[in-house]
Amino acid sequence: MRIEVAGENALILYLGEHGEPGTANRVEQAARLLKQELGDCLVDLVPSYASVLLIFDMFRCDHLHIRAGIRKVMNELSDEASEEGRIVTLPVFYGTEAGADLEQLARNAGLTTEEVIQIHTAGEYRVYAIGFAPGFAYLGDVDERIAAPRLSTPRQRVPRGAVGIADRQTAIYPAVSPGGWNLIGRCPQRMFDPDAQPTMPVQVGDRVRFESISRDDFFSLGGTLDDA
Amino acid sequence: MTHNANTEGFLVRQPGLMTLIQDAGRFGQHGIGLTCGGPLDAEAFGWANRLCGNDERATALEVSFGGLTLEAQTTTRLAVTGAEIPLSINGQEKELWRSHPVNAGDVIELGYATQGCRAYLAVAGGFDIPHSFGSAATVSRESIGGLNGGKLEPNDFLACAATSAKGCLALADKHRPTYGTEAHLRVILGYQKQAFSDLQIARFFNSEYTTTDRSDRMGYRLNGPEIKPAIDGILSEGICHGAIQVPADGQPIILLNDRQTIGGYPKLGSVLSLDTAKLCQLTPGATITFEAITIDDAHNLHLLAKHRTSVTEPEAC
Repeated sequence: MRIEVAGENALILYLGEHGEPGTANRVEQAARLLKQELGDCLVDLVPSYASVLLIFDMFRCDHLHIRAGIRKVMNELSDEASEEGRIVTLPVFYGTEAGADLEQLARNAGLTTEEVIQIHTAGEYRVYAIGFAPGFAYLGDVDERIAAPRLSTPRQRVPRGAVGIADRQTAIYPAVSPGGWNLIGRCPQRMFDPDAQPTMPVQVGDRVRFESISRDDFFSLGGTLDDA
Repeated sequence: MTHNANTEGFLVRQPGLMTLIQDAGRFGQHGIGLTCGGPLDAEAFGWANRLCGNDERATALEVSFGGLTLEAQTTTRLAVTGAEIPLSINGQEKELWRSHPVNAGDVIELGYATQGCRAYLAVAGGFDIPHSFGSAATVSRESIGGLNGGKLEPNDFLACAATSAKGCLALADKHRPTYGTEAHLRVILGYQKQAFSDLQIARFFNSEYTTTDRSDRMGYRLNGPEIKPAIDGILSEGICHGAIQVPADGQPIILLNDRQTIGGYPKLGSVLSLDTAKLCQLTPGATITFEAITIDDAHNLHLLAKHRTSVTEPEAC
């Protein structure tokens, strides 16, 4: 455990050196307990792979108070997997039509496309971090057999709902954006909907499973292959 | 805030190059990846509101570079602060840093900034803009806030409640900030500071950098002597306002209101927000120098600034 100053009203708590499930478990617990412990002093909190950034109201409390709160919470962390993280199942229509890089990824991996899909749906993924864009959840770890480096030339336009792999991470693009992940399918469920409650189906600490669905089911769940 | 029937307010005749609806910013939403937004120059923004008798966080306009024309369809008071920019009402030149009465039919024109580049236009009572995620602040990159998630467009309507045109206020000359072509930024060292050798840190604080045209509400990219951290990247982590990110080319980027909430480049520390307000008024080619301070220094400076603002009373005019 290490605390560093981040800015005039921000400290960052490091809970490990690598993004792995044990660290993620501590991040999730620490973020939850820090919110309770520091309450109104916190302006915002950013949990990520192995750290929690705490942004505080410097007119309400000083950094020593925040440090004390962090130390108190650190003594309350447990090694047991948190009960808080839910398991969320997300439907994915896999295939070349929905995922432009599926065949290439399978070829590079020496697998069939069916095997890639089977491996991707067999995993249970941790929500390590949310960022890059509203609703963009970084999920890991992807089975090494289907891990793939980012595209050498990122796409200008990745459609909303695209399911991608980059190294040992996987994610669903919440909105149309540029992006360099290898696309293998499309999820019909909105990952970020400003008008919905909750806005996102997942939060940091949740576990995600993917379920392969047919083209028909994809459309009946509201999916579209229109990239506009 | 109650929404009126959109009959009182201002019609946007010309939106200017980039005019954004802003309030103090959007907070507590980093968990779903939403950034803060809010005014780049919080000092000038706060004064625009105070000169209209508002809470300093009320919803106002951030006018970058200029070119805005509004038509009043209500009676109220209005103030423009920040960048040195020609302001006229019905063709008559008006002073900045003071509020002015306006009536239905008046045409308010902002020309183009000559010193500084961000002006703030507030009206009494603030603009009445629906909130998204607790704030009216516009973040174009996220398509969140404002009227449609982006900059003002021709014929947009900015609702506000009708109020008395009397009770105008002015900030005395001696209290008005000026905007030049240089800024001295105070830096709270932190984050991955150990990844930078003493020599790299000494170079950073002893060199002059210049602002570049690759600067926007996400961040200001500087140009100057390269500083190289001993590491290429880090596990993505939360980024606070003012963070100084150093990518592989060794040229620092100061991250601002519309930054991504997480990122994986090494960071040296963060710039005091009182000073990012000065940075954001600079155009490309301006000179930047840095000085290291502690987090306790930062808090002292903020308390002094807050006190100074609170004892500076605008004058009736």
